[in-house]
Amino acid sequence: MNTAAPALLRDGRAIWALALGASILFAWATRDLVPWAHEYPRDWIWPIRFEITDFMKWLINDASFGLFSFTDLTRSIAWLLDWPLGLATGLLSTGLMQGQGSDAVQITPPLSWLAVIGAVVAMGHYARDWKLAALVGGCFLYLAMFGQWNSAMITLSSIVVAVPIGVAGGLLLGIVAYRSPWFERAIKPVLDLMQTVPVFAYLVPILFMFGFGPVAAMAATIIYAMPPMVRVTMLALRSVADEIVDFGRMVGCTRRQLTWKVLVPASMPLLMVGVNQVIMLSLNMVIIASMIGAGGLGFDVLAALRRLDIGGGLEAGIAIVVLAVALDRLSQAFATRPPPVHEDPARGWIARHPWLVVALGWIVVTGLAGLVMPGIQAYPKALQVTTGTFWASLVEAINVNFYDALEAVKTAMLLGVLIPFKRFLIGLPWAVVVGLLAVAGWRLGGWRLSLLAGGLALLVVITGQWEKAMITVYLCGISVLIATAIGVPVGIAAAERERLGGVVRAVIDTLQTLPSFVYLMPVVMLFRVGDFSAMIAVVVYALAPAVRYTAHGIRQIDPQLIEAGIAAGCTRRQMLWKIKLPLALPEIMLGINQTIMLALSMLVITALVGTRDLGQEVYIALTKADTGRGIVAGLSVAFIAIIADRLIAAGSMRMRHRLGLAAEGATA
Amino acid sequence: MDDGVRVENRPVKLACRGVWKLFGADADGFLARYGHAPDNAAIAAAGLIGAVRDANIEVRQGEIFIIMGLSGSGKSTLVRCLSRLIESTAGEILFEGRDLLKAGEAEMIEIRRRKMGMVFQHFALLPHMTVLGNVAFPLEVQGVDRSRREARAREVIELVGLQGREGYYPRELSGGQQQRVGIARSLAVEPELWFLDEPFSALDPLIRREMQDEFLRLQQMLRKTIVFITHDFDEAIRLADRIAIMKDGRIIQIGSPEELVTAPATEYVAEFTRDIPRAKVLSAASVMLPPGGDYAGQVSADAKIAAIAAQVEAADRPFAVVGPDGAVVGRIDRETVIAVLVGRDPAGRAAP
Repeated sequence: MNTAAPALLRDGRAIWALALGASILFAWATRDLVPWAHEYPRDWIWPIRFEITDFMKWLINDASFGLFSFTDLTRSIAWLLDWPLGLATGLLSTGLMQGQGSDAVQITPPLSWLAVIGAVVAMGHYARDWKLAALVGGCFLYLAMFGQWNSAMITLSSIVVAVPIGVAGGLLLGIVAYRSPWFERAIKPVLDLMQTVPVFAYLVPILFMFGFGPVAAMAATIIYAMPPMVRVTMLALRSVADEIVDFGRMVGCTRRQLTWKVLVPASMPLLMVGVNQVIMLSLNMVIIASMIGAGGLGFDVLAALRRLDIGGGLEAGIAIVVLAVALDRLSQAFATRPPPVHEDPARGWIARHPWLVVALGWIVVTGLAGLVMPGIQAYPKALQVTTGTFWASLVEAINVNFYDALEAVKTAMLLGVLIPFKRFLIGLPWAVVVGLLAVAGWRLGGWRLSLLAGGLALLVVITGQWEKAMITVYLCGISVLIATAIGVPVGIAAAERERLGGVVRAVIDTLQTLPSFVYLMPVVMLFRVGDFSAMIAVVVYALAPAVRYTAHGIRQIDPQLIEAGIAAGCTRRQMLWKIKLPLALPEIMLGINQTIMLALSMLVITALVGTRDLGQEVYIALTKADTGRGIVAGLSVAFIAIIADRLIAAGSMRMRHRLGLAAEGATA
Repeated sequence: MDDGVRVENRPVKLACRGVWKLFGADADGFLARYGHAPDNAAIAAAGLIGAVRDANIEVRQGEIFIIMGLSGSGKSTLVRCLSRLIESTAGEILFEGRDLLKAGEAEMIEIRRRKMGMVFQHFALLPHMTVLGNVAFPLEVQGVDRSRREARAREVIELVGLQGREGYYPRELSGGQQQRVGIARSLAVEPELWFLDEPFSALDPLIRREMQDEFLRLQQMLRKTIVFITHDFDEAIRLADRIAIMKDGRIIQIGSPEELVTAPATEYVAEFTRDIPRAKVLSAASVMLPPGGDYAGQVSADAKIAAIAAQVEAADRPFAVVGPDGAVVGRIDRETVIAVLVGRDPAGRAAP
């Protein structure tokens, strides 16, 4: 006995079997003995959410830093955000105004549609070539032709203001983190948390502090879009060659000179990747932030969703897609612009900046012409095309012709898979789940991981979120399974056939640039509201990483190993199952990990189509401006994400070690 | 100003005494506990890496001092300790008699701005700046105004033969041209101490040769005090006044190329010198016979055999070897020269 037990403990599979057996036995035997282990008693719930709400109330009403109160602080932040936003909306949408509210008088008209299109075409050509210029120009022309111009310009003006602030803030924080290891240690967990807390949860306290309106939306957008810039900045500064840093120090740079004259310029190409991310995340958030008062395209989608006006919603949704594609391609082109070539110094400023001059001239000319010809100032109404009725009748046609088929699929899935799985998960005693998570953490990463996984799960329990959390896990789990079942084979196929790979990559890239809101429209159109619709939206949204990581994992296998397999006479099937998949598995696991993260973030958005999970809880908190409720539910989602992330990352690491692969690519 | 003064009589510009660099936790405490003389076994047992162990060198004004070692021998770490790019674990680094390790940050910045220049293996050019901008950069950092720093930059660009390329960006230049920019940039501030960290290692052999000649030409004009790092023994022999050979963090021998070839301190040094053509390293003084008899002509005592071989071989009588003061110190004959050329031990070689 004494010698048998440790031996048994050393065998991994035995531990799993033991833990699972014990928990099943426990669940079956103790139903009546210890009911509190099955259903967490209401009296034991830690009322943290009320405490948070009270704290927020105190913050807004009474908190003071001596010279000024907390409200003064939020007001001054609001003022700081308000005037650039006013300027940007003035330029792009409403025209510059003098005076307040209804007394406001327009001083100048906004930039005309021709001026804006001309400017983006010039940027496209400057950043790459005529092809890109045509694409970007075409995208903006689409917005004008299909009557989405004004909403799109309001959205764009938010982005124009949010992006520079987000980039500057991220850059500064990144620089501080690069310089001070202490600050880096402090900020890393915050960044992790910010990327896993669902977006809605940001909105609640911001709504509380800034009130409903475009400024609150702007604050949320900046906070949401900044963390990747911080990370990219740290990475970019670290990747500057040691010799360049040594050089900077050898010529006697002060710390400030080293940062601004050497490190930042030398890492510019990588920093631009961060800028692209900030732009895309800002777009995503500006759309979502329509819930707390951002106008523009997001508001159009939201309003259409609420009215169930499929046609209008799809129109606005497509406009978001078009805007996203234009912004993404343009900023990527700027990021990958070839480095400068030497110039003839004799040429003047105008000769060296032809595109800037042309664009400025174009703006002035169209602006003046617009004063006399209204058709140049605003796109003529008579030439607008509306597709709303077309989409509405298309949806109607689909529903008339395919209603039965769609409904049958939906019902079969619901009855056969979704509901039983949901029942099973909700039926599990919380104590067993927490225990199993702790065991899994211990096996995969030692006692610290065990403590983390078990502790976070326990926090979800004692804050009274257990049942909603399990519904979240159920929806997320099913969606991830389906996304994996589709994504991994597609990724394998994409890796093995080059042309297919190119097509798949293009599709995936586009899918990833789309704001999450956009996915809701077609799903609601076909399946109406409910868990099934939510699941479909989540699967589509979360598919990309599963495909991408699988394809990457298969492509990076050492060709010698493939040759060894061929030499050993493997069939194609054996090759796949015995060589490629096992070797690509760690990478595939990381892809699934990313899929889970995306699924969780999308799941919260799907609260709009009527789920009952933690996302719905956050959404309700948002509509009621109940900070405590929103933060507790939002953190619970983040905890689920962190548990999944750490367990999978640890598992992937172990696998890499076992396969003798380098630890590159592992999440730190 | 140094002309005519033999290297060993010039003042010491840079010296390091008992410099250690250990990587790992609590390296300071470890070194103190072992009385600044731990042996290799103790270092390994403590889990530390001894990148530089008890280095002592003296670099004299105007000499080319080469630190030679294979990769991992600690030569790059040592030069970074000398320039204080990394902090030594222990020891003294004396620059013009002042201990650099005691200098504060502001003082160090000032010394680097005015008195030191460095050339890097992979050039370390700033990708976003033109050649002119790169070369003027050290002056820009000092706050020199634009027209003055660009005028100075154009001067050094011309010195390294890159005139006409001022507006180019680094990636538009070949490797050799990029390193010329690196050299010009390090000379822009007229440094007194010039560090070159494997400056030619990343270049093709032909270009490397050309750059070595260029380097010698520049040094003929500028007479800088130079600390030059290389892993290439041929390069060291070609360029050095004196060479320090490093292995596993320790300096195992310091000497002129000739001393290393004629009297290698260890088997390891001998291994390097084995394939070096003796005629290019040995001087007439090191192989001469005692004076006597009748001479065909005179050769200088420090002339290399390769330079005088044809002349001596063609004559039927030996040549007189004369010292710096013009006195005859020995004779050299055809057999001795041929013995050196074919790599045989010259019979009458003077004892080292």
